[in-house]
Order: sequence, then structure tokens, then C-alpha cells
Amino acid sequence: MDTSKKVLEVKNLKIDFHTYAGTVKAIRDVSFDLNQGETLAIVGESGSGKTVTTKTIMGLLANNAEVVGGTVEFHGKDILKMGDKDLQNIRGKDIAEIFQDPMTSLDPTMKIGRQIAEPLMIHKGVSKEKAMNRALEMLKLVGIKDAEERINDYPHQFSGGMRQRIVIAIALICNPEVLIADEPTTALDVTIQAQILDLMKELQEKISTSIIFITHDLGVVASMADRVAVMYAGKIVEYGSVDEIFYNPQHPYTWGLLNSMPTLDTAKGQLEPIPGTPPDLLDPPVGDPFAARNPYAMKIDEEQEPPFFKVSESHYAATWLLHPEAPKVTPPAEITRRWKIYDEKFRIESTNDAVGE
Amino acid sequence: MARYLAKRVFYLLLTLFLIASITFFLMKLMPGTPLNNQAKLTKSQIQIIYEQYGLNKPVWQQYIDYMINAAHGNFGTSFQFSNQEVSYLIGSRIGPSATIGIQGMVLGVVLGIVTGSISAIRKNTWVDGTANIISILGLSVPSFVLAIVLQYYIGLKLQWLPVAGWGGFASTVLPSIALAASPFATTSRFVRTEMVDVLGSDYIELAKAKGMSRMGIVYHHALRNSLIPLVTVVGPLAVAIMTGSMVVENIFSIPGIGEQFVKSILTNDYPTIMGVTMLYSGLLVLVLLLTDIIYGIIDPRIRITGKGA
Amino acid sequence: MEEKVKIPKDAFQPVSKEDRLDDEKITAPSRTFLQDAWRRLKENKAAFISMWILIIVAIFAFTSPITAPNPNNSNPDYANLPAKIPGVSINGFNGTIVQGGERVDAYKANNVPAGKYFYFGTDYLGRSLGQRILHGTMISLLIGVFATLIDLLIGVGYGIFSAWKGGKVDIFMQRIIEIMSSVPNIVIMVLLLLVFKNGGILPIVLAIAINEWTTMARLTRAQTLQLKNQEYILAAQSLGESPWKISIKHLLPNLSSVIIIQTMFTIPTAIFFEAFLSYIGIGIQAPTASLGTLINDGQRNFQFLPFQMWYPAIVLAIIMIAFNVLADGLRDAFDPRTARR
Repeated sequence: MDTSKKVLEVKNLKIDFHTYAGTVKAIRDVSFDLNQGETLAIVGESGSGKTVTTKTIMGLLANNAEVVGGTVEFHGKDILKMGDKDLQNIRGKDIAEIFQDPMTSLDPTMKIGRQIAEPLMIHKGVSKEKAMNRALEMLKLVGIKDAEERINDYPHQFSGGMRQRIVIAIALICNPEVLIADEPTTALDVTIQAQILDLMKELQEKISTSIIFITHDLGVVASMADRVAVMYAGKIVEYGSVDEIFYNPQHPYTWGLLNSMPTLDTAKGQLEPIPGTPPDLLDPPVGDPFAARNPYAMKIDEEQEPPFFKVSESHYAATWLLHPEAPKVTPPAEITRRWKIYDEKFRIESTNDAVGE
Repeated sequence: MARYLAKRVFYLLLTLFLIASITFFLMKLMPGTPLNNQAKLTKSQIQIIYEQYGLNKPVWQQYIDYMINAAHGNFGTSFQFSNQEVSYLIGSRIGPSATIGIQGMVLGVVLGIVTGSISAIRKNTWVDGTANIISILGLSVPSFVLAIVLQYYIGLKLQWLPVAGWGGFASTVLPSIALAASPFATTSRFVRTEMVDVLGSDYIELAKAKGMSRMGIVYHHALRNSLIPLVTVVGPLAVAIMTGSMVVENIFSIPGIGEQFVKSILTNDYPTIMGVTMLYSGLLVLVLLLTDIIYGIIDPRIRITGKGA
Repeated sequence: MEEKVKIPKDAFQPVSKEDRLDDEKITAPSRTFLQDAWRRLKENKAAFISMWILIIVAIFAFTSPITAPNPNNSNPDYANLPAKIPGVSINGFNGTIVQGGERVDAYKANNVPAGKYFYFGTDYLGRSLGQRILHGTMISLLIGVFATLIDLLIGVGYGIFSAWKGGKVDIFMQRIIEIMSSVPNIVIMVLLLLVFKNGGILPIVLAIAINEWTTMARLTRAQTLQLKNQEYILAAQSLGESPWKISIKHLLPNLSSVIIIQTMFTIPTAIFFEAFLSYIGIGIQAPTASLGTLINDGQRNFQFLPFQMWYPAIVLAIIMIAFNVLADGLRDAFDPRTARR
């Protein structure tokens, strides 16, 4: 791996929402970065702040949101400090987004060709005719059959999967450096999901874009991502490479997520749900926000927030269990099974390295 | 599409037939005759008049005669102006009514669209608040009060425009404004609601994500989507204009249909009442049919399936 | 990333199940849908004020048989007097009037006894305008509310029935509504009132109700169609509950918001039509007062005695505005999605 260039860097982001019930602390000190050409998955249950994070990167936060602190740097420039004009220049051209529900994210009264061509006409000042030609190419690229005829159709004439392909075409027509995909397959049938994921991977190679992939579905992550960040209650609780998160997870919440995910070779026949509900972010709890649902909770979890403990160069987790003085606990069977796999893999890799030297 | 149209036209004719029948029998139920006010007539004189108007025939015969004549656009002779055909009477008065009606409608709808859109774009600001107050006023102040106030203050006190009467564009301004109030209020509120809905939709979010400017989004995506449903309220707006014209024409002494209708009501001039009723109903049915067709043409989602309502 | 933090000795003791924080506890008090709507309505100042205005207007109007017993007492000696309020010397409320370019005391000129005051002046027959407005407001409100109630009964019943039956019955019933609504309602009202001329209040109430129920029926039907396919209705059906019971127990509570909102929009429409019909002379007949007849009477003298039209017109406008604002507020309270906050 070459020392990859950082495209996007989020530092200490804090965002509040002012609602009539009070101030919701939706994002509480989130930091991560995105390298060129890689796919970063952000995983977490609904309400953990995944979508708010992406909206911040797009500069599309709702009116009642307030950025309390932090920066979002795109090639070293802070997006949060940009004016409307600068933001508009980045949106759709350098950073594009795919939305969750393809059924509602296309304008029902505009022909799809025009909708695909629009970003090109706005950002590159391309004539309508040229933009439409390019839109046709994109339509073929995302795998719409009879593209020449269908370019003049309206959204309601397409199925959900086809519409999501069109949304992808819109997002990619300007060859953006960063593509944010906010649960792009959640609203689709399982069979269509795989097609869309394959398409995204294929296109990522073709136009070498970086992807931030938001999902609550760990199964999707394994096939898509290079790195994974796990979010809980407005914070990132663990991040690392996809192998590290899947086979050497350290945070009890990540354990819970993996334990509740069906796999072909699950150790037991039963899936374990995570008990309880996420904390109320109107009044976030003291200490580790996951403490109340954590079967391994210790006294300190209810008193002090855990810092990030380093597991490896690329792998960090925020749990007191990693403190040197903490007692060793036995994670669920599924997790120990995964650890074992990781150990074997890791040993092979290290011996390979030794040979290489 | 052709089949759909044929079906609609059939219902249109059925509706008109029903209205004509109901109107006819209601008229027969009505107490009093136009001759009530002229007590000096002798019995034989009344007999002659009855014969002249066909009022001595059995009711079913009158009904058939009436329906056949009505189908030919002939609604008989006015009771009030004894030698005038109702159709001629209406025809001669349709111009002024159409002029102020259409002017009022266009003025109200255009202003309403502008106000409603601005209101939605600047949601929850003082602009929105002011627009809301104005449209609530437009909804709450009856057209006859507005008409009298306009006539007195702008016509009589300031003398900017003619107080009443018919002649030239200047004389149409005040009545048109008085008529426009209700369509304005309805349109503005309708467009605001639609536009707020549209501006909160996912495809507007996507347009923002494309990097479009605010004005670009409103112009290319929001306006069309929020104005298409406006077609559905054109029918009710037309009714509001008809209702308003009855009093507004009266107040400004405009020789139009509405003014004639009120006069006919007060003088028991049944043939004229029936004629105007049929005219109003026919107009409304036609407007509803047209708006339905137009809706089908401008909304791509309906265009394909060819189904309305 | 790793920092040295001072950590107490027992910090890494596992927490026992008992002193685990209870995360399942719901801290906010639970509210029913109506309580929630009521709370939102109270937050909407304009709507809340409108509600109080309407309550106050209604109290004034409906106590008028006691407070204003003689709305039809005429006295030619007192004709066309301006407003005079004891202790107030502002022009317009002190019994003076401009005649031939000079301000004269109309009460003195007409030899009105010194202790006699008309707070809102008098009309061309010398009747107290204040008493007539109170009385007229009562009549207008009565007609508005009764017409709306009838319209509610017919409309809701028709809507639920049509949607519940479905199929051909539904199509047929919808056709009737379609035909009804393609006739300009003002025309039907006029025709009905011509048939039942001089019948008093009832025909007017009926004429207005007959024209307004179609909207209510449409809304109820649309909402019922949606509810009909909800699981809990299907469950009730499969448990063998009668359609009658289902509509009372399950449908009506869920229709309530639509019905309440539409009712609040219908009342001002009904009041408007009453005023309109009375204004063109086929509504309430003399000498009974309604806001429409008062405006019509006042309009004749508008040039010289504008207050005779202004007062009833302002009362009518206030009622209409208050109803519309309240209805808007209710709609926002029931459906916070569209709320302007």
C-alpha cells in the first residue's frame, strides 16, 4: 500500500440539534479521515449520527443544527467555514451523494436524462447537448438497457433498483473525488442490493473515487469496505481495517453487532440481539454511553468516558476493557471464534513478512 | 385517452341533464309567480299571459318542451323583460362578466403563486408571516365588504378609478380586484403548502447535493412540482369567481350575468334564473373537464396510465 | 491517544445486575395523541388567542337575548345616530357627526334625552346597532354551527359508508358526489332558498349544509380507505366485530383529527354563505338581524354613516379570521409535519 493521500479529514466534530424538547447532542466529538481511492464504512444503528455526519460533509445540515466544534477538511480546506457559493461548487462535483430511498430521490416531473445531465451543466458549463450525450454514456455505464430510448423516460417508469442506478449515474457524472453512499441499498430487495453493490465497486475502480459508505448492515460492509468505523450514540467507538473489525473486534458494542449478524458459519445456531436501547442524546449519560447495555460493564464505565486505546497502527477502540489494569473478560463464543481466525491469519501474514525480509 | 374523454363527456352531459331537470322541478315548486306583484291584472289577462309562456300545459309537457328547447340553447322568454329571449339576455351580458371574471382570476392566481412560493421559500420568517396574514384576510373578508370599501375609498374619496358603471379598462379594475381576493388567498395558501412539502422532499435534497443554487432549485424543480397540483383547484376558484360576481357586479353596477341573476331572483324571473343556472353549471363542468385533461397532460405520472380521478 | 488518567482501585470491578442503570425507563411522561395536539395548539399563540376571541364572541352573542332584548325596537326619532359612549370624547364615539363640513352633536340635534347612549349608534329606523349586532352575531353563529353539524353528520356517515362498502357501491356514491360538486354550490343554495322562501332559519341552514357536506364526505372516505387496510382494523374484523362497532371504536377516533380540522374550516364558510345570501336578499328576512343583513343595511348609508357597515363587517371579519386561524392552528397541531413554527 502506498502512503495514501488524505482527501477528507473530519476532526473533533460536535453537532447539536435544537428541538422543542431541548438540545440533542447528535455528534459528540467524531474524528476520522478518508484516503484516496479507499472505502470507509461507517456502521451503527439508527440515531447513532451516521447520516448527520454525511450531511455535515455535504454542508446540508438542517436549519436547527449547530456545529459546536470541529473541522471538516477537504484537501485541507474547512468545509464548515465555506460560503454558499463555494459549497455549491464542491457539491455534486467533488463530493457527491447517493441517497437511501431511490423511490423518492428523483424529481417525478423531470425526464431522467436531464436529471443526470444537470450536475454537468451546473459545474462544467457544458452545453445541454453535450451533457445529454454524457448522461447517455452514464446511463449505459450503470447498466440501464436501451439507454437511448429510456433517457427520455420519467422516474416512475423505472423500478427501484433501476432508479438507484440512475441516482448513482447522477452522483458519478462529474467524477467526484468523494462519494457518500447513505444506506444506498436499504430500501431495495436483497437480490437488487447485491447488484447495486457490485456496480458501485466496479465504478469505483473505473473512476477511482473514495467512498464513505453508511450502513447499519455489517454484512454489506464486509464486501465493500477497506476500513470500518463503528458509531454509537454520536461517537465513534471503534475503528480499524475491515479485517480488524470483523476478526479482532475489541469493543463490546462491536461484539454485540457481530453477534447479532447472521453468517454462514456462525458458531451457534442462534443470533444474539443487543439488549436495551441507545441512550437519549438530549441528556447523554456520564461515562461510556454503552455502559447501560454492556454485559461487561465496570464501575469506571459509569463514571468516566473511555479514551481510544490503540490495538494496532490502524486499529483503535474506546473501551475500558483495553486498559492494562482491566480484568480479562471472555467475549461471546462467536467473537472468540473470530479471534481465532484472526490469530491464524495474522500468524501467516507475519511469517510471510519475516520471509520477505 | 379517447375512451377516457368519451366517458368524461358522457358524464358531463349526464350532469347537465340532471341539473336541468332538478332546476326545472324546483322552479315548479316555487311559491309565487312573476305576476304576484301586478295585482291589477284580470283573470283573463293572466290566462293570456300563462298561455303565452306555456304555463297552462301539464307539468310533464312543460318539462319535455323545456328540455328540448334547452338542448337547443333556448331557455324561453324572460318574465321580467317581456320581449327578451333569455339566451339573448344572457349573451348580451356575458362580455362584462367574462372580462372582470377572467381578469380577477388571473390577477388572484398569479399574485397567489408569487406570494405562496415566496412564503414557502422564506418559511417561518416575517415575510411568511405577513403573507399569511394577508391571505387569511383575503379568505375572511367577504368580497362584498371589500367591494364596497374599494368603491368608497378608491373610487369616491381618492377618485382614482370610476366608482361604478361599465366602460373602458379603468372601470374593470376595482371589480377585478374585489373578485381576485378569494382566488388569491386560496392559491397562495395552496401553493405554500405544496411548496413546503416539495422543498422538504428527497429530490430537492438531491438537487442540493448536485450543487444547484437556491434559485436554480426553486426554478427547475420546486416550482413545477408544486404548481402542477394547483390545476385541481381551478374549478373551485371558478365557483368563487361566479359567487363573487353576483355581489361585485351589483355593487359596481356592471351589466353582467351575476347582476342579472340577483335581479331575476328578486323578481321571480324563473326562465332567466334557469338559464343562468344552466350557464353556470355548464361553465363549471367544462372547467372541471378541461382542468382534468390539462392535469393529465402536465403531470407525467398520470399521462402514461391515462387515468384520472 | 492514550492518556494517563487517575483511576480508582475498584474501577474495574464489574457492575452487578442490580445497580445497573435502568436504560429502559422512559423519562418523558406519556401523552395521548389529543394531549399532544392540545399542547402544540397552546404553543401556537395566534390560534390560541383566536380560540379565546371566539369563546368571548360566542358568550356575548348567546347572552344577547338577555343583554340586548330589543334589537327590533325602532324609534324614528333616534334614526341614524352615531356611536356615543359615556365619558369618551374621541370623534366617532362621542355622538358627533360631520354635516355640511361642520361637526355637530347628532344627539342634541335629534333631541335625544341626555342619559341616552347608543354605544354603536343606531340604524336608519332608529334601532340600536349594538343590540342588532349582538343579535345578528348570534344568528350567524347559530346558522354556521348548525349547518356544519348537519354537514358533519351527512358527510362523515356517507364517507365511512362509501369507503367501507367499497366496490360498486363506492363507485356509485362517488359519482353522486362528483355530480354534486360539479354544480356551483351558490346556484343550488339560491334555488333551494327560492323554493322555501320565508321559511326562517331552517331552510338556510339546510341549503348551506347540503352544499358543504361533499368535502367532508370526500376527506372521510379517503382517510377511511387508508385506515381500512391497517392491521388493527383487519384484526378487529377477523375477531368478528360488527362493522358498526368497528367504525365507532376504531375508525372515528382515528378520523377525529380530519373531522375536527374540516369542521373548523366549514364553520366560517357557512357563516360566509349566510352573510352572502342575506346580503343579496334571500337569506334572513327583515326584521331579524344577521351579520349579512346588517352589512346590507349599512351599505346603503355607507357614504354618510360608514360606521353602520363597518361595525357588522368588522365583527364578521373577526369571526372569520379567528375561525380560519384556529383551523390552521388545529391542522398544524394535528399534523406537525406541515406546521409553521
